[in-house]
Amino acid sequence: MRRPLEWQIATVKAIAQETAQVKTITLALPGWTAHRAGQHYDVRLTAADGYQAQRSYSIASPPERPGEVDLTVERIPDGEVSPYLHDVLVVGDAVEVRGPVGGYFVWEASSGGPLLLVAGGSGVVPLMAMLRHRAAAGAKVPARLLYSSRTLEDVIYRQELEALASRDGLEVFHTLTRGQPKGWTGYARRIDQPMLAEVSGPLGTAALAFICGPTALVETTASALVQLGLPQERVRTERFGPTGT
Amino acid sequence: MSQKFVSRGFTGKRERAGGQGARVPPGQHLVSDFPVLSAGPTPRTDLARWTFTIDGLVTAPVSWSWADFQHLPVQDFVKDISCVTKWTKLDTRWRGVSVDTLFEHVELDPRAVALVASCDGGYTTNLLLSDAVNGQAFVAYEYDGKPLAPEHGGPARLVVPHLYFWKSAKWVRGLRLVNKDAPGFWESLGYHIRGDPWKEQRYTDD
Repeated sequence: MRRPLEWQIATVKAIAQETAQVKTITLALPGWTAHRAGQHYDVRLTAADGYQAQRSYSIASPPERPGEVDLTVERIPDGEVSPYLHDVLVVGDAVEVRGPVGGYFVWEASSGGPLLLVAGGSGVVPLMAMLRHRAAAGAKVPARLLYSSRTLEDVIYRQELEALASRDGLEVFHTLTRGQPKGWTGYARRIDQPMLAEVSGPLGTAALAFICGPTALVETTASALVQLGLPQERVRTERFGPTGT
Repeated sequence: MSQKFVSRGFTGKRERAGGQGARVPPGQHLVSDFPVLSAGPTPRTDLARWTFTIDGLVTAPVSWSWADFQHLPVQDFVKDISCVTKWTKLDTRWRGVSVDTLFEHVELDPRAVALVASCDGGYTTNLLLSDAVNGQAFVAYEYDGKPLAPEHGGPARLVVPHLYFWKSAKWVRGLRLVNKDAPGFWESLGYHIRGDPWKEQRYTDD
């Protein structure tokens, strides 16, 4: 049974600072329906005179949390909606949303794997929903996450990723492109084909790949994975981040 | 109820529209760059093997090579485009061949009411015939005076600027005339069958 995507008034239940520019907003939804990891919600803001602005934000939480969703939002300095969500919104506020939306960039435990996830910056958000769902559903599908950030301080969900990686079958690889702490042993360059070959190699060419991040990262990664032998229909992409001014 | 809802403390950055607000469909905002969106890897097609085919409910199918396609009458188009992901870009400049021009080379079966655009990479999208003719749609191979870049759909993409931009199929290779308007790729995954930005037809039941 399909339910029309109606706008609903959610209530802000919690706000967590993830990094300097990234917050997670937990919304309690009166009309919650289970989403699929990778989907997003539309957020609509309305000014007193009726002016409206809409944006889409990926769901970070797994579907195993009835009644609420986490939206992880990067603050775009000259943006219109994300600065409001970061600077104005407080716990208890009402936010108009509709969703969940999206039917291709989704992974469910039943989709199988092995799972190859590649993220740039806040593009990690829908992939985190997949990893959280994988853990909550007890899925044993082998999974690898390659995650590109500017610096260690920009890594979203760092501690939770470490905790998840200590469990069965998930390995997390970080690359830091702008600066690395002393003694850093991870990658320290933009994602390229040799890096993807190293990370994806053990999963073989049967991997199911999800790539989310800025366009250059997505283009590079998707092309490289096809060259490395993944069938193009098993390489799914989503763009993330500011779409200009 | 939602009409009366006000987001506490929200005023908005409406100066962004710069007096062009009337050209921005509801729920959209203006961008000056050209965002790239696609569901999978960017296909790379050898122009020597590229063809463009019109088939289905036509008396005789027709197919052009890349070289032949370049000899079809070309037109310049300046259009505003709106993506369902909420961005709108004004005055985009394209060069390509009108679908009307392509249809001069086939005889349409009277049962044809819709078409399916098919693409390298397996993408499809559906259009009513009435949304594809009379200067409303074209196959573009230049953007802003340059060959259309692969990530934007090059070598050639369908452009249907009056509908959300997922209808403007990248890497298009053909149009198939059909007797029923049936959902394509995104239309099967929760997006609207027609996708008129001015009616905000984003999702299936909008």
